[in-house]
Amino acid sequence: MATKSLKARNNDIANTSRQMEILSNGIFADGELPTFAAKIKETNQFPLRPKKLEILQINLGYMCNQVCEHCHVDAGPDRKEIMTLDTMKQCLEVIQKTKAHTLDLTGGAPEMNPNFRWFVEEASKAGIKDFIVRSNLTIIRANKKYYDLPQFFKKHNVHVVSSMPHWTRGKTDKQRGDGVFDKSIKALQELNAVGYGLAGSDLKLDLVYNPSGAFLPGDQQALENDFKKALKDEFDIDFHSLFAITNLPISRFLDYLIASENYEDYMISLVDAYNPTAVKNVMCTNTLSISWDGWLFDCDFNQMLNLKVASKVKHIKDYNEELLQDRNIIINQHCYGCTAGAGSSCQGVVA
Amino acid sequence: MSKNYYDANDLRKFGKITEWSEDLGNKFFDYYGKVFEEGALTAREKSLIALAVAHTEQCPYCIDAYTKDGLQRGITKEQMMEAIHVGAAIKSGATLVHGVQMMNKVNKLEM
Repeated sequence: MATKSLKARNNDIANTSRQMEILSNGIFADGELPTFAAKIKETNQFPLRPKKLEILQINLGYMCNQVCEHCHVDAGPDRKEIMTLDTMKQCLEVIQKTKAHTLDLTGGAPEMNPNFRWFVEEASKAGIKDFIVRSNLTIIRANKKYYDLPQFFKKHNVHVVSSMPHWTRGKTDKQRGDGVFDKSIKALQELNAVGYGLAGSDLKLDLVYNPSGAFLPGDQQALENDFKKALKDEFDIDFHSLFAITNLPISRFLDYLIASENYEDYMISLVDAYNPTAVKNVMCTNTLSISWDGWLFDCDFNQMLNLKVASKVKHIKDYNEELLQDRNIIINQHCYGCTAGAGSSCQGVVA
Repeated sequence: MSKNYYDANDLRKFGKITEWSEDLGNKFFDYYGKVFEEGALTAREKSLIALAVAHTEQCPYCIDAYTKDGLQRGITKEQMMEAIHVGAAIKSGATLVHGVQMMNKVNKLEM
């Protein structure tokens, strides 16, 4: 299990232009597989355009207490990219005037940003009603200063969305690191204790399932049933919904696919599972992604590939929603990850 | 023509069998798809049965397909191995139960 990010290891894949090269060449360049652009042209869905903006997804920094094998952010304890107070203030100005109703905070571990709580409080004052925090769970148990996070989340009615790759210790720890399963279970129990995830509770607790390997997620509802039964029977844990999310061939997951000689087969699986219906609702059509340093992207994946929005407005300081909404979404072969099977987004399946 | 009897890339071409006998091919795939739908048995249970049978039939394509299918459904490797043991137990049991036939024959022929 790696304990350092690709960036800290000076791995070739940490370079985003190298990733783009891999995604644009090989089986896609020699015509064995159709490019994503060619594929969506078949159903007249090119160019991909935004619909009504609903979600601002803000990445508060790439620092994380975990170094998950599949992380598309290449997050870890050694990543120092953290959103500053100044950039947060620029985001707050946008939050006051945006038509988006949901603020989705991600990372890294967003809670590790020293101004995380201040930002949530200020965004709350600015009128945000729907907060999502993408919490890795173990952060709640990582240090005393985080022990009261469940109470903090409750106070601001934050919708907690947490990663949980499997209901067994073995599969979870293999993907996320030794001891992650036990800490995650404890964190879920603590969230339940303050009212999160209980049937009928307004305190929403959803889990995210990513496959722990070079295969696609199965049926979201069936997986949710299995997770619910196992977590309830063994640990008396309740949660609301499970989002099955496909791993995209980016960053550490791409590195894993290449190193394990699964890259081509995985891309073939994604292309074979292409579902044109899923294209209609991919998350880049209703979300804007903002990086720790204020740049704007169509989604968190494009952020990790450093593909800034194709608009005159590229930075939060110049934010203009009308101009931004009139843009073409940047696509490449990684987009097949969001259109496979029932589709995949930060909110789970889309088709 | 490949030099090998089996090629992993052929699994993706399975659907092409309809090209040379469309009606029968389509009927087979409709039936196949229906069999694996959620019914009195869950799709997960059917996947494990398919994995066990894939091994007793020693079909490399089926093993490839149903191992991946199991992983996608969150089936653990311990569960997959136990399913294969069920297949193996029936295979070996089927061999050994014929031992009774041998015993019957010996008992009939021997003085």
